[in-house]
Amino acid sequence: MSSWQKICRIEDIPVLGSRVVKRAGGDIAIFRNDQDEIFAIHDKCPHKGGPLSQGIVFGRTVACPLHSWQIDLATGEALAPDHGCAGRFELKVEQGEVYLAL
Amino acid sequence: MKKPKLVMVGNGMAGVRTLEELLKLVPDMYDITVFGAEPHPNYNRILLSPVLAGEQTVNDIILNPLSWYAEHHIRLYLNRKVVQIDRQRRVVVADDGTEAEYDRLLLATGSTPFILPVPGNQLDGVIGYRDIHDTETMIEAATRYRHAVVIGGGLLGLEAANGLKLRGMDVTVVHLSDWLLERQLDRTAGKLLQTSLEARGLKFLLPKHTAELLGGEDGRVKAVRFKDGEEIPADLVVMAAGIRPNATLAEEAGLYCNRGVVVDDTMQTYDPRIYAVGECANHRGIAYGLVAPLYEQARVVANHLAGFGIAKYQGSVTSTKLKVTGIDLFSAGEFMGGGSTEEILLSDPMGGVYKKLVIQDNKLVGACLYGDTGDGAWYFQLIREGHDIHEMRDHLMFGENHLGDAGHAGQSKAATMADDAEVCGCNGIKKGTIVKAIQEHGLTSVDDIKRCTKAASSCGSCAGLCEQILIATVGGAADLTPKTEKPICGCTDHNHASVRKAIRDAHLTSIPEVMKALEWRTPNGCATCRPALNYYLISTWPKEAKDDPQSRFINERAHANIQKDGTYSVVPQMKGGVTNAAELRRIADVADKYAIPMVKMTGGQRIDLLGVKKEDLVNVWKDLGMNSGHAYGKSIRTVKTCVGQEFCRFGTQNSTQMGIELETMLANMWSPHKVKLAVSGCPRNCAESGIKDVGIIAVDSGWELYIGGNGGIKTEVAEFFVKVSSSEEVKEYTGAFLQLYREEAFYLERTVHYLHRVGMEYIQNKVLKDPAQRLALYERLLYSLEGLPDPWAARIAGAQAHEFTPLAAPAAQAEKETV
Ligand code: SRM
Ligand SMILES: Cc1cc2nc3c(=O)[nH]c(=O)nc-3n(C[C@H](O)[C@H](O)[C@H](O)COP(=O)(O)OP(=O)(O)OC[C@H]3O[C@@H](n4cnc5c(N)ncnc54)[C@H](O)[C@@H]3O)c2cc1C
Ligand code: SF4
Ligand code: FES
Repeated sequence: MSSWQKICRIEDIPVLGSRVVKRAGGDIAIFRNDQDEIFAIHDKCPHKGGPLSQGIVFGRTVACPLHSWQIDLATGEALAPDHGCAGRFELKVEQGEVYLAL
Repeated sequence: MKKPKLVMVGNGMAGVRTLEELLKLVPDMYDITVFGAEPHPNYNRILLSPVLAGEQTVNDIILNPLSWYAEHHIRLYLNRKVVQIDRQRRVVVADDGTEAEYDRLLLATGSTPFILPVPGNQLDGVIGYRDIHDTETMIEAATRYRHAVVIGGGLLGLEAANGLKLRGMDVTVVHLSDWLLERQLDRTAGKLLQTSLEARGLKFLLPKHTAELLGGEDGRVKAVRFKDGEEIPADLVVMAAGIRPNATLAEEAGLYCNRGVVVDDTMQTYDPRIYAVGECANHRGIAYGLVAPLYEQARVVANHLAGFGIAKYQGSVTSTKLKVTGIDLFSAGEFMGGGSTEEILLSDPMGGVYKKLVIQDNKLVGACLYGDTGDGAWYFQLIREGHDIHEMRDHLMFGENHLGDAGHAGQSKAATMADDAEVCGCNGIKKGTIVKAIQEHGLTSVDDIKRCTKAASSCGSCAGLCEQILIATVGGAADLTPKTEKPICGCTDHNHASVRKAIRDAHLTSIPEVMKALEWRTPNGCATCRPALNYYLISTWPKEAKDDPQSRFINERAHANIQKDGTYSVVPQMKGGVTNAAELRRIADVADKYAIPMVKMTGGQRIDLLGVKKEDLVNVWKDLGMNSGHAYGKSIRTVKTCVGQEFCRFGTQNSTQMGIELETMLANMWSPHKVKLAVSGCPRNCAESGIKDVGIIAVDSGWELYIGGNGGIKTEVAEFFVKVSSSEEVKEYTGAFLQLYREEAFYLERTVHYLHRVGMEYIQNKVLKDPAQRLALYERLLYSLEGLPDPWAARIAGAQAHEFTPLAAPAAQAEKETV
């Protein structure tokens, strides 16, 4: 059974940027866009494992830093013409605090 | 609010492309209705030839299936021909009585085949070659009849004849002129083509004047009679003697027409509510009959329909290609020559190769290639961009490869490459995959190919090859607009030049400001446009525009180069390639302390520490105590040097010191693309100055400067720029040239591409001719570099700390909440 874990405050994540949560089961990338929406997906590109947290963020998308696949932040799915999914994590924001279900 | 109504008449290639462009700009501005006389959704008309030849099916060539219209809420009336435009009531009426009101009307009725006015032209079995129906009629005729006669030996006629022959008919092509394709080829090349088509079993009668078509009792054509009395049997007659813009509807509605519906540069007719696009339109006296110009028109009309009102159509240079598999023919621009033009000819009838280049005022204005069309795309680009070809005139005929293209000599083989030959080495994409994508998705540009297949999307060295495959597959429909003229990306209609200009003219200093002023379509751009905008801002308004790390590629944000496994490489600055024992000792200590998996000499005369963990970067920099080498940026990279006068027996100047001074001066410089320099102490050129963005070679009497060299994807030798006598001058001239490049080049344009775009003369005028201007450029460079911190030092001092520190692992956190 998963539990909510407090990760950081919204302001800890740069606008149109990300932070990484290091984890034994694989790192998690937490993104913030310019609408202050927060997303959490595996920090691992479905293409060749590029660290998505290092990509450029726009709208609800991140471009992988290695070969520019575009990943939908809300679902973790690669956008056409590519196929694959980075896998997303449940997340909630309360009073400016970001929680992950882990 | 009720939406304005847009009605389109003609559901063909130009019209539907206009709708696509419009929907990209304003997805739901209009209530759209489309009338199409044909029973099919929009299809790729140019691929009717491969359908006739049996290489593709009708299903393969559909561009917009019915679902596309539904998805965009477009009311589609198929099989309904509009017969009247009532401009008073602003209503169009179709042949079955259907009416539709419009606020804006778009005419895209294409053209109709010209049917020779000879007796018998109404008989059964006499057709034009224009649509799916005609094609199906031909395919069906081929199963039942034997003799086909094609009237007209132009591109369309030959493609029809080839297809009918492949379907088993006995085909005769009748042509009025002395040789085939007389508008593309001269007699020699025309005869060459005829010979190779005859070898495929086609028959030719030329010059021959058709007098009459004779019918049988069943009302079907049975023979063709010529002016000279000769008669040949015919069960099918295909008229391919030209097309006429289909403007009847507009004419009857009182719109000004003259060989097409006359439009201005915004594609508007004389009635401001009515636009025309495609083959039915006459723009500056020309009604185009090829897809590429029509697609350009489509972009312009869409821009005006969307209410942006800034685009203009100013005519196109066109190219054509005969789509008969196995026969290579390409022509572009004014290939007829004559007048004040000169011609360069290569004619090898035995070898089946003929090439004609037409030159005017030191510019290539036309090209016609037969037998070997490998350089077609290159010539076409020279024509479109109006390059001065004076310097390469003596070897122009031998093609681009001849200009030196190490490692890419296979470029001109597009047409002959096997389907399973690899085109894109980075992504492992084969030729067949690309051809299939072009055909299935109606791709018309290299950008489309990149998006759809990923070919040419990595290092880009196969872009030329992709372009040739595109031309070989779709002929004149290929959109070869140079990248620099195209919109930066899908977020905007502006190209690099107009964005640079707007930033300067309107004094824009932040990305949101630019996006607002230039009506960006996306809220915060994308990974293509944001880095470009960020560079344009900081280079145009140094010390004023704020650098935005989130709009930089990771390497420039982390100030290290990301590796395939997510670690980073660290390349400290070693000015002029010179180091010392203390530095080397610190590097060795760092390598031990952080267990760095590889220490390597780079090709840029310095040392690379590879495989550093991101969390370690700041500490590694601190322990190294060296400046950033910017080995990761669109920025100054290295200044390579040789030992020079101090030690070398041939050295004429202190090249090492010169290199160090330049690298010191240019430290921390951002640029449109990376910038590399080298200084050699004598013409033996051990620092390889000949392939650097700025290469400097010492001679006894001073220094020679070369610019625009590139040792990368495509090797380009630097061009001689100027000779100066002092090291102060080396800095001033180098600085002034680099500042010009920084201010004017487009993002990701290396100096060589900038140089090719603007021309050496232009750069000489700016930097050499006018000392005041040179000094001003040089001072602007020094001003923008002054006070820039070394990025590593800044991060050691705490800048952007969040970039390098992961969030604490959740397991280590005390606070927990259970769901
Ligand atoms: C480290 C180095 C190879 C080495 O081990 O020697 C290197 C490594 C890379 N080069 Fe290079 N280049 C290196 C010297 C060169 C040279 C030789 C030179 O500088 O004298 C060239 C040809 C000269 C030139 O640029 O004109 C070179 C032409 C390229 C190109 C093609 C550029 C072009 O315009 O054609 C790219 C691709 C690009 O920049 O878009 C590239 C891109 C790359 C990248 C950055 C690819 C990337 O984006 O990840 C490589 C990073 C590898 C990594 O994982 O860190 N590298 N690269 C060299 C670093 C030199 C330095 O000290 O800064
Ligand atoms: C066999 C063939 C091969 C070709 N090969 C090439 C090539 O290799 N490269 C190249 O660049 N170009 C080629 N072309 C030319 C290219 O197809 C045309 O330039 C292009 O299709 C023109 O687009 P358009 O929208 O103006 O006209 P069309 O695509 O013809 O569309 C016009 C549509 O309007 C419909 N229409 C007309 N009047 C009415 C009305 N009153 N009411 C309702 N609907 C109406 C017509 O039925 C038609 O469907 C080829 C053409 C043919 C026929
Ligand atoms: S270092 Fe340069 S040449 Fe080597 S693989 Fe990387 S980009 Fe290619
Ligand atoms: S690893 Fe992400 S695009 Fe290749």
